[in-house]
Amino acid sequence: MKKLIITLVTAFILTPTLAMANSGAHLEHADNDLTDKASLQRGFKGFIDNCLGCHELKYQRYNRTFKDLEISNDDGLANWMYTGEKVGDHITNTMPKKQAAKWFGTAPPDLTLEARLRSPDWIYTYLRSFYVDSERPFGVNNKVFKDVGMPHVLQNLQGIRTIDEHGNLGSATGGSMTEEEYDSFVRDLTNFLEYTAEPSKLERESMGYWVLGYLFILFIFSYFLKKEFWKDVH
Amino acid sequence: MLANLMAWIDKRLPVTDAWNKHLAQYPAPKNFNFWYIFGSLAILVLVNQLLTGIWLTMDYNPSGEGAFASIEYIMRDVDYGWLLRYMHSTGASAFFVVIYMHMFRGLMYGSYQKPRELLWLFGMLIFLALMAEAFMGYLLPWGNMSYWGAQVIISLFGAIPVIGDDLTLWIRGDYVISGATLNRFFALHVAAIPLVLVILVFFHILALHEVGSNNPEGTDIKKPKGSIPEEEQSKFKFHKNYTDKYDIVDAIPFHPYYSVKDIMYVVAFIFIFCWVMFFHPDGGGYFMEAPNFEPANGLKTPPHIAPVWYFGPFYTILRIIPSKGIGAIGMFAAIIVLFLLPWFDRGVVKSLKSRSKLHTFNLIQFAISFIVLGVLGTKAPSPMNNMIGIIAAFGYFGFFVALWFYSKNEKTKPVPERVSG
Repeated sequence: MKKLIITLVTAFILTPTLAMANSGAHLEHADNDLTDKASLQRGFKGFIDNCLGCHELKYQRYNRTFKDLEISNDDGLANWMYTGEKVGDHITNTMPKKQAAKWFGTAPPDLTLEARLRSPDWIYTYLRSFYVDSERPFGVNNKVFKDVGMPHVLQNLQGIRTIDEHGNLGSATGGSMTEEEYDSFVRDLTNFLEYTAEPSKLERESMGYWVLGYLFILFIFSYFLKKEFWKDVH
Repeated sequence: MLANLMAWIDKRLPVTDAWNKHLAQYPAPKNFNFWYIFGSLAILVLVNQLLTGIWLTMDYNPSGEGAFASIEYIMRDVDYGWLLRYMHSTGASAFFVVIYMHMFRGLMYGSYQKPRELLWLFGMLIFLALMAEAFMGYLLPWGNMSYWGAQVIISLFGAIPVIGDDLTLWIRGDYVISGATLNRFFALHVAAIPLVLVILVFFHILALHEVGSNNPEGTDIKKPKGSIPEEEQSKFKFHKNYTDKYDIVDAIPFHPYYSVKDIMYVVAFIFIFCWVMFFHPDGGGYFMEAPNFEPANGLKTPPHIAPVWYFGPFYTILRIIPSKGIGAIGMFAAIIVLFLLPWFDRGVVKSLKSRSKLHTFNLIQFAISFIVLGVLGTKAPSPMNNMIGIIAAFGYFGFFVALWFYSKNEKTKPVPERVSG
């Protein structure tokens, strides 16, 4: 009987380990922090200025974002919204989808859930992995997403990297930011996209601690209740 | 006042009698161990699914155009919508964990043997309905894995000769999986199958209370009337439905003894459940698969289509057989042999505590085979995985075949007359 339990427990512990052994390309750790409101605000700004022209956040509303990022609605309307939407609107653009599909080969995807579809580390590594490739329509390719349809939109910030015959990326040249500045910029963007993928994540975790604490105390009471009743049986 | 009211009701509907017969004066063996909590837990997760499901239905939009967006609406704009959704999605996986443990308990202690065959069959029907319920529910978020998972499973029916193609068309209601499929799956998921589930659970419990609960020693707590001296009978009061026919030994009333014990385990279970739900709601990508965070797209196949983990064992059996038709037969056979378990086992001794070493070994290899098949079901196919899968499938089906052979003349210890401890 004991052996049986040990076998089963071992199997249950081993199962996820085996499953995890099977992962894809090497991704760098984004190391972003959802509690850092300043970083989220910089990421939001970075998204509006660089991404929103093509990519929407069509499930995420402006006012929810303002609330969670500690931006007042007045400030938001004045300084964060450019195209006359209402504060309760979703974060969308006016790019015609069919045309966009012709321009890029595929319409730029919605990014609300990108961090859950691919992971924050993926976004962080992806945005840092564009390199020169004269075979591609926009002259760039990406090491994480091969033959991606997207041009290197952040090239004026990062500059451009080259790739050697072993597939190693060189350092970027010709951008307005240093490597540290660019990494930090991309980290903020990643942080913001992790936030939009699940806006309730922080609330979920903080509620979780209270619930587990409550259940722990309840368990003590239920244990003694059981013990008291079972005195009759033994 | 209250007593009068109860008397008034009892004259018209036997509420107090039913309460006594099934709870307060139901004789349960006093030696239930850890493995016996999963029946109560199954009812708990069923109620969780029913209640959270009702509230999710209030904000969900069952259409190809609106389904995916309505889930995100629930996650963002509905007050505590994210909590309801995670309770429901974590609950689905928890349901299968609980049911698999509950079934394994039945295997260990021979709870399917005579006279509990019908009880086991009702349980298997519940398992079948639960799989249908989970499969249809998984389409509703209308993510890309929902779509392609359903595509793979529905296409299995196309392997049936002659009527296959017409049958898949009839199931889908369209030539591809579409909003029409989503609508009918929604109807079945929120109305038809839950109704069937609740009715089956009702019969499962009625059948249990008719034959009585088994226990880890496999002894019978109901002895022939008049065979046990008064002072050795259980000192508790049981319903006359049981005491008229039998002398009851080593039993305690389900309520309050097992109800307070179950409350303790329920709290522990909810603790683990909440730990997963609040801190790992996507279950490491196994409860919620990453491709399901983009909408269903009939033109974009996910790199690796995997069913949710709880279908893994059956999916692996389907995949290791190169022919789709025979693979589908293998998959259904894996479920049918479970239905027939009471007749594969020709032994009369129930609990593995009194059965042969061979039986214990067979049961352990069955559990390992099942887990291995489950792990493989979530992984991409490869020649190596295929080989392991075939070995594990032999282990799975071999359990039943071996059982049929050795159980007829199995060397067993005598079953204890009375429950120890």
